[in-house]
Amino acid sequence: MISDAIDNEQVEILLNDVLESHGYDFLEYSHASIKRRIIRLYGLDNFVSFAEFRYTVKTDKQYFKRFLEEITVNVTEMFRDPSFYKSLRNDVLPVLGTYPFIRIWVAGCSTGEEAYSLAIVLKELNLLNKSLIYATDINPSVLDKAKKGMFPLNYLKQYSENYLQSGGLKDFSAYYTANYSLAKFDESLNSKMIFSTHNLVSDHSFNEFQLILCRNVLIYFDKDLQHKVFNLFDSSIEKLGYLALGSKESLEFWPKAKEYKRVKMEKIWRKL
Amino acid sequence: MAETVDSTPCGALIIGGSAGSLDVLLEIFPALRKDIGFPIVLVVHRKASNESLLTDLLKSRTTLEVSEAEEKEFLSPGKVFIAPADYHMLIEEDQSISLDYSEKVNYSRPSIDVTFQSAAEVFREKLVCILLSGSNADGVEGLKSVNNFGGRVVIQNPNTAIMPYMPQQAVLNVEPHLILDSHDMADYINKLNG
Repeated sequence: MISDAIDNEQVEILLNDVLESHGYDFLEYSHASIKRRIIRLYGLDNFVSFAEFRYTVKTDKQYFKRFLEEITVNVTEMFRDPSFYKSLRNDVLPVLGTYPFIRIWVAGCSTGEEAYSLAIVLKELNLLNKSLIYATDINPSVLDKAKKGMFPLNYLKQYSENYLQSGGLKDFSAYYTANYSLAKFDESLNSKMIFSTHNLVSDHSFNEFQLILCRNVLIYFDKDLQHKVFNLFDSSIEKLGYLALGSKESLEFWPKAKEYKRVKMEKIWRKL
Repeated sequence: MAETVDSTPCGALIIGGSAGSLDVLLEIFPALRKDIGFPIVLVVHRKASNESLLTDLLKSRTTLEVSEAEEKEFLSPGKVFIAPADYHMLIEEDQSISLDYSEKVNYSRPSIDVTFQSAAEVFREKLVCILLSGSNADGVEGLKSVNNFGGRVVIQNPNTAIMPYMPQQAVLNVEPHLILDSHDMADYINKLNG
């Protein structure tokens, strides 16, 4: 990858075009990361000049779909950070189980691996029936994948290990059927999921939840945008509800952080 | 030969290593002077599960402040920042740290290339990058960027590397500023100006 194929000014031009022509605002994303994604895509798709790249992104709706999918990071896994899922299983979900109805928002769900992991834990705690998982992402094409609940079979060994480490009680293979190179997850899991596009940068709160899970999404945002999104979450979490972040993310510098209490050592906070 | 160029101030030192690099790091760190005038960034390939092992190990070998990098944290002189396991680490224009969970690069996350490349443009001629022992070719593309932006490229002498492949690939593909034996590294770093 040629790391200096596109300079900072061109990144700005491109992102302004994207906002103007397509309504997606990436201007408050962490600059180094988004620049790297842009240069990566430019190289992958063999553009010969910035002008050509810019024109295509601006005018070609079909190509913009690809741009959106490649510029955002859609790397995820099931039961990522097993100790986190262990804490959800032991400390958080049993508390939510005392409510008559559980509403959970998985924000920036990508292809759905975390939503399915959560549904499995809820099922094992006999809570899935009274739960509803709202899984949202900026990107409609990853949501189409998430709805199908089919994940590459070659990842399942790792997912199964994660699941067991997180305190999983069953044989992981009971949750899916192998279909050529894909594992199709049980439909009882996504029967309790609602998939919808939602842009954390520009869209508002749409419900109140007892748990919001947003992991490895905020690392791509600059500090101001992170704080805006924390405010959005704050207005979407019930009192005594929970907010769960990725392993390197933190509420620490957000002014309202003192209204939240950390749950043990995990990146989970409870609204006071 | 390098004396004249080395008087250029060092804004940041980034050390990249893979298999066989831990021994070198454990040799370098106890010998570093206390008043290092620039930040030191480490990008070391390792298993995702061994999260704090490297940090703890290095902490016990140096008086410098060592910590696993936090996202949005600013690089500051005299401190050692370790790229967290399973994240790429990038340096922003304002010298803050961004973490990134995107696809592995050279089968690696953190990838040395990713950090070298992002820092190359930020620090330009004030960047010093050292590539140590390893058994894949991560770091080579990053060192090319460092060269392009006028930074200094230092490669461990492959003959002194437990796994010579990585430094060998670098020597073959990048014009290094220096090739150093592992036991000369600490001395070189101590002489860099902050």
